[in-house]
Amino acid sequence: MVRYVREFHDPAAARGLAATIERITNRSVNLMEVCGTHTVTIFRHGIRQLLPPPLSMLSGPGCPVCVTTNADIDKAIALAEQSKVTLATFGDMMKVPGSYQSLQQVKADGSDVRVVYSPRDAVCMARDNPRQPVIFFAVGFETTVPTIAAALLEAEALGLKNFYLISVHKLIPPAMLALLEAREVRIDGFICPGHVSVVIGSQPYEFIPQQYGVPCVITGFEPLDVLQGIEMLLRQIAEGRAEVEIQYRRGVRPEGNPLARELVSRAFETSDADWRGLGCIPNSGLKLRAEYKRFDAEQAFAINPPPTKEHKGCLCGDILRGVKTPPECPLFAETCTPERPVGPCMVSSEGTCAGWYQYGSR
Amino acid sequence: MCLAIPARVVQIDEGLGLVELGGVVREASFMLLPDAQVGDYVLLHAGYALQKVDEAEAEETIRLLTELAEDGRAEA
Repeated sequence: MVRYVREFHDPAAARGLAATIERITNRSVNLMEVCGTHTVTIFRHGIRQLLPPPLSMLSGPGCPVCVTTNADIDKAIALAEQSKVTLATFGDMMKVPGSYQSLQQVKADGSDVRVVYSPRDAVCMARDNPRQPVIFFAVGFETTVPTIAAALLEAEALGLKNFYLISVHKLIPPAMLALLEAREVRIDGFICPGHVSVVIGSQPYEFIPQQYGVPCVITGFEPLDVLQGIEMLLRQIAEGRAEVEIQYRRGVRPEGNPLARELVSRAFETSDADWRGLGCIPNSGLKLRAEYKRFDAEQAFAINPPPTKEHKGCLCGDILRGVKTPPECPLFAETCTPERPVGPCMVSSEGTCAGWYQYGSR
Repeated sequence: MCLAIPARVVQIDEGLGLVELGGVVREASFMLLPDAQVGDYVLLHAGYALQKVDEAEAEETIRLLTELAEDGRAEA
């Protein structure tokens, strides 16, 4: 195992943390994580089973794949279906069903859809094939956006005229605000996303303890990180404190990565964005600034996607808000499985439904 | 999707370089972390180094966890 990973997997330390957590949990507590990578850690390492019964772990809208709407996927499909166009995206997006089909299906039907590891790969593809328009379907939270801004600025510096973006980026703190305002579930503490915070730092969460009295702990992704993050939240609750603390100190500085944010704001500006399950959230998306509009795929290509439609009976929306758990969905594990997913929470390896299906839960 | 992996910087040349993770060497961009140095551990996400791993903070967390492990062994 890689250095700075293996040290955070010690079972004896996990038992020590679990014992402390049990000792300081004296009432019913709901903690919410808003990052799919945390969802995966919690399921894969059986963390729920280590926690005392009054403590409930809720999964929020933490997977960029899951919160992308059918309308946005339909748009990417319509762009991919044009002739003589390459659409590149992250592997996670391939199997997500839009209203009628997925990118994987249109690729099987002959469209040129490619999976890339880095947005830079899409820029290199455009550079090496100057006659071929390359559209990057850009999905992701604050962690990923700087990599896309960097790739875009590199495309600009190279003078590329055949590189385009569809930006369906989303921002996490506005979604946390929307969840708090909706008051559908009681949230006693937030496990804040470690790698989003590597970029944004701790300041953007300050409104949560200050205005809502809810403690926040920015947490890493190894099993001991998550247990320690939970322990820090419970300590705040037990001591009647509400503040933003950083558990993941080896990765997160309070100021984040200012250069990464500067590159993002050079290329993008905030806009309202539609989230699956949460609807339109003000200032929770990013669109290209006017001076970068020539990279906007939607402006460059005239597309006419079909009217969107939702999948009947799918409860992904409620699951993304932490209002329902996957076993409460009539489709879960019956019509909707990882092999034949109906909703995105089952498609994405970081989806809540996929986690429940794969690892079960108490 | 927001996974970032600690990787050791092997080489940097004008914003591009190589990092090593668990024996595998791959290309990385340092456009978002221009002050990274060869030998640093960095968090790698989608082909870009996002931040340096703060080794002193990492050691401090590990020290705390080692103490907890002793408590855990005492309970087992």
